[in-house]
Parts: sequence; C-alpha cells; structure tokens
Amino acid sequence: MSALQHAVTAHADTDTPLEYQNPHESVKITGFWIFMATDMLLFGCLFATYLVLRTHTDGGPTAHHLFDIPGFTAETFILLTSSFTGGLSTLAMRLGKRKQVMAWLTLTILLGLAFIGLEVQEFAADVAIGATMQRSAFLSAFFTLVGTHGSHVSIGIVWMVLTLIQIARRGLNQKTARKLFIVNLYWHFLDVVWVFIFTIVYLSGVVM
Amino acid sequence: MWNEGYLIWISDALIVLVVVGIVGALTYLKKWRWLWDNWLTTVDHKKIGIMYLIAALLMFFRGGVDALLLRTQLAQPGEHFLDAEHYDQIFTTHGTIMILFMAMPFLFALFNIVVPLQIGARDVAFPYLNAISFWLFFFGAMLFNLSFVFGGSPDAGWTSYPPLTELGFDPGPGENYYLLGVQISGIGSIATGINFIATILKMRAPGMKLMRMPLFTWSTLGSCLIIIFAFPALSVSLALLMLDRVVGTHFFTMMHGGNPMMFINLFWVWGHPEVYIVVLPAFGVYSEVVATFTRKRIFGYSSMVASLMLITVISYFVWAHHFFTMGAGADVNTFFAVASMAVGIPTGVKVFNWLFTMFRGRIRVTLPMLWTLGFIPNFAIGGATGIMLAAAPGDYQYHNSYFLIAHFHQMLIGGVVNGMLAGMYYWWPKMFGFRLNERLGKWAFWIFNIGFYICFLPQYALGFEGMQRRMYTYPTDMGWGSLNFVSTIGAYLMGVGFLFIVWQVLYSLFHMERDTTGDPWDARTLEWSLPSPVPHYNFAVIPTITERDVWWAAKQRGTTDLLTTSTEDIKEIHMPKNSGRPFIMGLAFFVAGFGFVFNWYILAVIGLAGVALCMILRALEDQDEYVIPAEEVRETESALGRL
Repeated sequence: MSALQHAVTAHADTDTPLEYQNPHESVKITGFWIFMATDMLLFGCLFATYLVLRTHTDGGPTAHHLFDIPGFTAETFILLTSSFTGGLSTLAMRLGKRKQVMAWLTLTILLGLAFIGLEVQEFAADVAIGATMQRSAFLSAFFTLVGTHGSHVSIGIVWMVLTLIQIARRGLNQKTARKLFIVNLYWHFLDVVWVFIFTIVYLSGVVM
Repeated sequence: MWNEGYLIWISDALIVLVVVGIVGALTYLKKWRWLWDNWLTTVDHKKIGIMYLIAALLMFFRGGVDALLLRTQLAQPGEHFLDAEHYDQIFTTHGTIMILFMAMPFLFALFNIVVPLQIGARDVAFPYLNAISFWLFFFGAMLFNLSFVFGGSPDAGWTSYPPLTELGFDPGPGENYYLLGVQISGIGSIATGINFIATILKMRAPGMKLMRMPLFTWSTLGSCLIIIFAFPALSVSLALLMLDRVVGTHFFTMMHGGNPMMFINLFWVWGHPEVYIVVLPAFGVYSEVVATFTRKRIFGYSSMVASLMLITVISYFVWAHHFFTMGAGADVNTFFAVASMAVGIPTGVKVFNWLFTMFRGRIRVTLPMLWTLGFIPNFAIGGATGIMLAAAPGDYQYHNSYFLIAHFHQMLIGGVVNGMLAGMYYWWPKMFGFRLNERLGKWAFWIFNIGFYICFLPQYALGFEGMQRRMYTYPTDMGWGSLNFVSTIGAYLMGVGFLFIVWQVLYSLFHMERDTTGDPWDARTLEWSLPSPVPHYNFAVIPTITERDVWWAAKQRGTTDLLTTSTEDIKEIHMPKNSGRPFIMGLAFFVAGFGFVFNWYILAVIGLAGVALCMILRALEDQDEYVIPAEEVRETESALGRL
C-alpha cells in the first residue's frame, strides 16, 4: 500500500477501471485535469489575441486568400479520426488486450504524424508566398495559435511513443494504464482545441 | 558592464565575496554532499518550504535595497545619486522582485510547510513536481538577478508595457531577462497551483471534510485556483512579447497591425488576480493566528469560506481598472469600477470576523498576533483608498500618481508582508523546533510599522500634489521636497526593522531553547499535534478527523492520544525517493533562458534538449518510491517520545 493512498482505502476492486484502482495513480488523473484547465486558458488567451488581430493584415494576405479548404478539411478528418483510434486504445486497455492497445496507439501516432505533415506543408506554402509571421499582426497571431496547437500535437506524439515503449516493456498495469489514459485525455483535449481552431480560424476565415 | 558606476562595482565585489565565502565554507566544512543529499535533491515538502522561505527572505533584502536606492534618489529635489536609466532599472527590478520573487515564494513556503500537515497528508499530491516547481522558481529568479551584473537590467517597469518594450525602443538584453526569468518561474507557479489543488481535493485525511478544513488551507485552495486561471495569461503575454522581440512578429508593435493594448489586457488578466493570489494566503494566516491567540474558534467560519471563494471569483472581473484612462468608454469603466468595489464586501466580512473573534477573547500579544493587529488599521486605510481608486472618475485624478503607489504598498506590505511575517513567526517553531526571540521581534515590528506609515502616508499627499510615479527627479519649486524627505526617512526605518528581523533570526538560532511539546502556542489545528520539526513521513499513522479544529477539541476533551500514535497501528510507509533531476531540469531551463536572452541559439537549444531529456528520463522511470520499515518508524516515534 502506497504512502499517498491513505485518503482512500486501497482495494483491488474490479468494478473500478484499471487506471483508477490505485489512488496513488488516480490522483495523477485529477492533477492532469487541472493541468488541462491551465492549458485551456493558455489557448483561450491565444484565441482572444487572434480574434483581436485577425483583421489587422496591414495590406498583406488575408485569411480568405490564404486558407486552403481541402487542406484544413483533411487535417480535421485526420485529427478527429486519431482521437477516435486513441479512444479505442483506452477501450482495449479496459478489456486488458495489450496487443490491441499497441496497435491502436501506433495507428494514432501515425495519424498524428500525418496531421503534422499536412500542417507543416500548409505553413511552408504560406511562407513561400511571403505570408510569414513577420508580415502582419494577423499572421503573427495565426501562426502562433495554430503553431502552438501543432507543437502540442508533436509533444503528444513523442509522449505516445514513450507510452508505447512502456506498455511494450512492462505490459498493462495500474501505472501504465494511468499513463495511457492521461495521454489519451491530452489527445482528446487537442482535438477539442482543434475544433475551435477549425471554426474560429479556418471556417470563419474563408467565409468572412 | 564595466562602465556602470561605483554602485554596480561595489555590488559585483560583494557578490563575488559572498559566493567565494559560501563555496569556501562548504568546501572547508565538507558539506557539499550534505547539501546535495539533504536539500538540492529533496522532494520533502517541508524542506522545499524552508528553501522557499530562505529564497523569499533573500529576495526581500534585494528588493528592499532597491527601494532604499529609489528613496535615496528621491529624498530631495534635483538629486543625482542615480542617473535616469539606472533609476528605471531599479524601480523595475524592485517591483518585479517584490511581487514575483519575494511574495510568491513566501506564500509557497507557507503552502508547502503547512498545508499537508493541516489536512493530515504524508506529502503533497506530486512531490517530484513540487521540487521542479521550486527549482524553476529558483533558476528563474537567478536569471532575473543575473541581469544586474551581466548585460543590464530591464528598465520598462514591472508591467513591461509595449511598445516601450519592443526591440526598437528598448534594445539590449535587459527586457529579455525580465521576459524569460518571469516566464520560467511562472511555469513553476502554475505547477504549484495544480499540485496544491490536487493535494487539497484528494489527499485529505479520512473525515477531513471540506467544511472542516482550517482556513489557511481554504485560502491556499482559493489562491491556487486563481493561480491556475491567471498565470496562463501571463505566460501568453510574456511569450508573445518575446516573439515580438526575438522572432520579429507584430503582436504589440506600432506598425504592421500590432496592438499594444492587447498586451496590457492580457497582462492585467493575470496581474490583478495576482494581487489576490498573494493576499488570500495572508488572510488564511490571520484567521489561524487570531483564533489561536484569542483561544476562540473563528467567528463566522462559513462566511469566511464564502468570502474567500467570492474574492477568488471576483478577482477575474476587475483587471480593466488598471487602465480606466485609456479610453475604453463609460460602460466598460463602469463595469470594472463596480466589480473592483465589490471586492471590498467579502474583504470587509473577513475583517469584521477577525474583529468579532477577538471580541471578548483572551488575547495573547505574541509576534504573529502583533503583525496581525498591525495589519488591521493598515488594511482599513488601504481599503478606503482602494475604493477611491476604483471610482473611475476619481481615478482620472489619481491615475499613476503617488497616491496609487501609497495605496498598493499599503495593501501589499500591510496585507501581504504582514501576513507572511505573521505566518513565518507562527509556524517557525513547527519548521525548526524553536521560537524566535520576542523582544527583538517586537523591536522589528514597531520600527518597521512606524517606518511604514512615515514612508507611505506622505505619498498620498504627494499624489494629490501631482507627483507622478516613476519620476526620476523633480525640481525644487514643485514643493515636493519635504514630504519626499520624510518618506525616505520612513523607508530607512523599514530597512532597520528588517535588520532587526535578521538579528532576531541569528540570535534565536543560538540562544532560544528547543520546543519539545510540538505545540508551543497552544494552537488548534492538526499540524500542532506533531512533534517539531516534523519527521519526514509527517504522520506515523494517518489520523481520523471528527470535527473542525480537531486538535483543540481533542485537548479540551483530553483525548489527544487518539491523534497521536499507538505502536500496533504503525505500518511500513512508502515515500518518494529524492531525485537530482528537478535541480538539473531547473538548470537546463536556466541555460536555455540565458541563451535566448543573448540570442545565442546554440546554447538555447542545448538547454531545451536538457529539459526534454529530463522529461523523457522521468517518463521511463519505474521505481521512484522507497519503503520505510515499520520498525524504523517505531524507533523514530519512540525517540520523539510519542510511543
């Protein structure tokens, strides 16, 4: 029995999901939810900045000129799908199927890489026509907001690879289950942020 | 660096001497191993708290010296003790250090030392993260302080408003030091906020319901909630300004569509809640101190909790009162004026509750109580002038004048510093096992407080006479000379008061007798049921909580044995292992920050790679706990006379 689990009596309750069975591990899930609140506020501030500056194009390229509908639609579908496959890996974990967990996680990583690839391509195309983040306040805000999301996704990919290594080496236990659960929470969170980027940045950009 | 004048040279020489002294002493006494094993790698919340306390007191000294330099410069008209640029740097570092590197670590010290003990926990929820938080704060503060001797300090005020802080108007590394030092320690603060919310929500001993929690723990919860909702805004505002300066973006520039007002909004979305982050824990301290030293339960416990939470929420609806005069319009100004005044209501509730607790109590005027009593008139005056400032039309008159300076020093010194010192005196025996000398402490209190009024009351008048903040010097015919001179005398008295605290600590180290009871104040809450200093596992057996002020109630009933230990209940205890990685990670952040300050990107990349490596190694780590056998716990407890 761990030192930190005094608040709840430890029990190997099979009704409780694996990642919550050890209170010492489950408190980390609580901590992660609180972390996501801070990350949400970070994005909130970046969204606010973008909304203030989106029309400040200084005679340069506007959202309407720049955004490529097939490109961002593909990114959206890929990221939403990856969130679904990530969810399937959690489901497989709950069923105790390690091979399935690893398969779904690998697929999620690949979809994440595809998303990052498309985003890099989009950014490179923008820069190639002179739409750099130094060009105008609008572009500074656009690259920073979308780029921050992209860097979060990249960190998520590295994180999932590390989780994959641990599940391969140690199998599914209370600790690795908690880690898998948290990385998937993070991944879903990035998906939710993307839905806002898709709506507020891309859709509003091409429509208005 | 070489042409900055004799003040800097003297400081450089002193810094070198101190560093040589410390390194020499550690080598001579062969204490490096001890330092590393016991302190630098520790994950024990009590030791981390003590390190925060030492850092806060050192920064208090540094920020205080800044203040004395400023007041010396302003003591008489036409003074040329400092030149204008140096003056700008000193008021910038004074503000930044006092808020971020003195007040914040001081309250984190108290959070760390007190909260787990008050709620009956073995540790905070995330001990390893707690160590990372400390080292991020520490290295952020070091990076900021390095500016003083290496490249020049920031000089655009602690608010660092663009476009003044854009590269074109403020070249050189000073502003980068500010942006990166504050950013690094800010990340640590967010982690602390997360850690203590999780600790308070999830780690309470059985029976410790929310409405049984001591008020200091409640105030910590409120403060941490504000931290996690406010600090991300600071991170974003600093990061965007950094991008403007380093990458060449146009968030806040005058040209290419930038909007400096956006920074000011983001900054104060953090900046005003920050005021409540630092003052709520002080309110928590006062609540503990007043109840203990009047030997009464706190009056209106639930209204105290409600008012803490109300302040937590309202703190987010006041930020625009920092720029009433910047043309937001009457509707916006009205909303923020009313919200700002509304904070006075729950605050008033709290002050009245403290007064009602004291009413007909048997008050013992100890040092913690003295600083609490000193706080009340201070806060009454500061609160009244705060309402004056919150009235938007009035603010057009006082905006950025010395009236404002006097007001916020009255709140921050009278409210926060008094509270933190009261807390330090109150929990000092818990930390170190002996009390601080009362006589020297009373000298410190009276000199500091009298100095405080002499320093700041004249500044209200100076504000009405039109003296603006951040003025480097002023001509004789403005007639501000005598009031400024009086104010400077007050500032020096406060400095003397601080020296008395230093003397008191040094004297008490050698002369005060040890406290063997663990409860020298005859106090009420759970931390006083433990021996002082507390063993590193805190509670040999986690107690079951049956009511509020459980230790006091047990003493009244004579059932304290229920809260102490019995041999058969002791089981083995799992504790987190020490780790050097948080320290190394802080160092890596420092290296990265230093690289960005001087645009040396190779160094920056090396630093960031170090950070990433630390995180990857942590992710792959499997065994980070060790077991204290039950026998060892029994031996420790019986050595403490508790079995």
